[in-house]
Amino acid sequence: MSRLEKRQVTKMVPVPSHSIVPERDVDKAPILECSHLGIDFGGLTAVNDFNLTVGRTEIAGLIGPNGAGKTTVFNLLTKVYQPTRGTILIDGKDTHGMNTVQVNRAGIARTFQNIRLFDKLSVEDNVKIGLHNQIRYPMWSGVFRMPGYWKKEKLAHESAMELLHLFDMEGLANHQAGSLPYGAQRRLEIVRALATNPSLLLLDEPAAGMNPSETADLMENILKIRDTFQIAIMLIEHDMNLVMGICEGICVLNFGQVIAKGTPEEIQNNPRVIEAYLGSQKKEG
Amino acid sequence: MLLGFLNNLINGISLGSIYAIIALGYTMVYGIAKMLNFAHGDVIMVGAYVCFFATGSFGLPPVVGVLLAMVVCTVLGVVIERLAYKPLRQAPSLAVLITAIGVSYFLQNMALQLWGSDPKSFRSVVPTGSVSLLGGQISVSYVTLVTVLACVIIMIALTAFTGNTKLGKAMRACSEDKGAAQLMGIDVNFTISMTFAIGSALAAIAGVLLCSTYPTLMPTTGSMPGIKAFTAAVFGGIGSIPGALLGGILLGVIEIFGKAYISTQLSDAVVFAVLIVVLLVKPTGLLGKKISEKV
Repeated sequence: MSRLEKRQVTKMVPVPSHSIVPERDVDKAPILECSHLGIDFGGLTAVNDFNLTVGRTEIAGLIGPNGAGKTTVFNLLTKVYQPTRGTILIDGKDTHGMNTVQVNRAGIARTFQNIRLFDKLSVEDNVKIGLHNQIRYPMWSGVFRMPGYWKKEKLAHESAMELLHLFDMEGLANHQAGSLPYGAQRRLEIVRALATNPSLLLLDEPAAGMNPSETADLMENILKIRDTFQIAIMLIEHDMNLVMGICEGICVLNFGQVIAKGTPEEIQNNPRVIEAYLGSQKKEG
Repeated sequence: MLLGFLNNLINGISLGSIYAIIALGYTMVYGIAKMLNFAHGDVIMVGAYVCFFATGSFGLPPVVGVLLAMVVCTVLGVVIERLAYKPLRQAPSLAVLITAIGVSYFLQNMALQLWGSDPKSFRSVVPTGSVSLLGGQISVSYVTLVTVLACVIIMIALTAFTGNTKLGKAMRACSEDKGAAQLMGIDVNFTISMTFAIGSALAAIAGVLLCSTYPTLMPTTGSMPGIKAFTAAVFGGIGSIPGALLGGILLGVIEIFGKAYISTQLSDAVVFAVLIVVLLVKPTGLLGKKISEKV
């Protein structure tokens, strides 16, 4: 818990796009800029006018009641859905017209609300799948196991083990992913996403189904990822201890609209947020 | 009696090896694209025709004929996927199935138009001759040896390919969860195209070997072996590569034994009867994956 206790409150400063980023990131170009993002499913507007700027090394939280559109935002960012309106800039690049694979190569990786590992592959192979876009060798050199293949494979193996080591999982490398305990599967999903070398990591309810001590480990791990890789992390989470504990900027969604943005302290005291979670107080008059 | 049995067994394994090579194409495409490519059998026929004309009309050496057939079939497979199946990626599987049957008829009729309906006599790409075993009591033809050898080599290469290479791993990832694979930076469309390319190249080899053993080549040559190989893939557990090998060989052996010991006319019925029994007992096939409901 040491790191969590020592953690200082990050000073957040406003940026022109009506968002806030950590003071240390203000001079660097933001990793993610969404403006007026929206999507309709038929007549239903799932997300509307979503504006958010995420700093280069920020840990950002996306919260809101069930059905608020949080996962839809993630699906928009990763182009699982194409947005109906608005723009998404990753590292200053417009992602208009990009597909999921291109967005991944541009630097966004994610985990899933329901674990979606490649169950039948080994833990190491799951990570190597993530490393795919960084290793290249011709197909025949893999079939015939040529020297070039061994060299690249050795590199991939080493990077995979290095990543697994960070999460104390190197001993599980040869296990089948589907056979791991729940907590380890959740960690493996994060490792697999990290293997794609992202500059923005999206975590969809990383603490779902975890007990308080596992959640505390997870918080440590998220901070460790940010500090080791110097990347931005955006997470959807219902566990308010986690969100208020590590997120620097928080964005609150309700019915597909952003109802509040701010630091954990501001969000906790924001009347609109309290209303969205707990219902409105007696109407006046 | 025993010699006859051994002879039949060898013939069965030879025929089964061809089924296995075709079944690999079915099973890989099913495993990754989750569709039944009923045009696969007709790609075999196209491969055999290409080799027939290359070695016959143009007098090219057999090896070149086989390679040419593989190249043409690979391109054909990728083009079929691109034009007929890719636009239907999000469509219900029934639409894709019907399209595959349509492609199958298209290929047959195109062959009929291009090359006529009269059967061509295919000249074996393997020199005629045989190896004598047991002091000359059993002879194994070179074609049989080459067929079985080709099947074994293809199996080993495919296992190495799916197990060790980047693309092989991408294929296994796609077969489990295309969405997640895409989000991990795997180009799913490219992976599916490559699967069709490999399956079709194998179909070309199977076509040449098939016609080297049974040298009558017609536009419908591929359809029955295609259906049998599909049966073999289901028999062994569709989606599983070792299953395709096991199913193919068993099916070939059963077919030849049925012909030898029961009745030539009934041999196909015996084959399908065995399939029905196996599927009743083990609905996912011999090596099929257990399908568990998600809770």
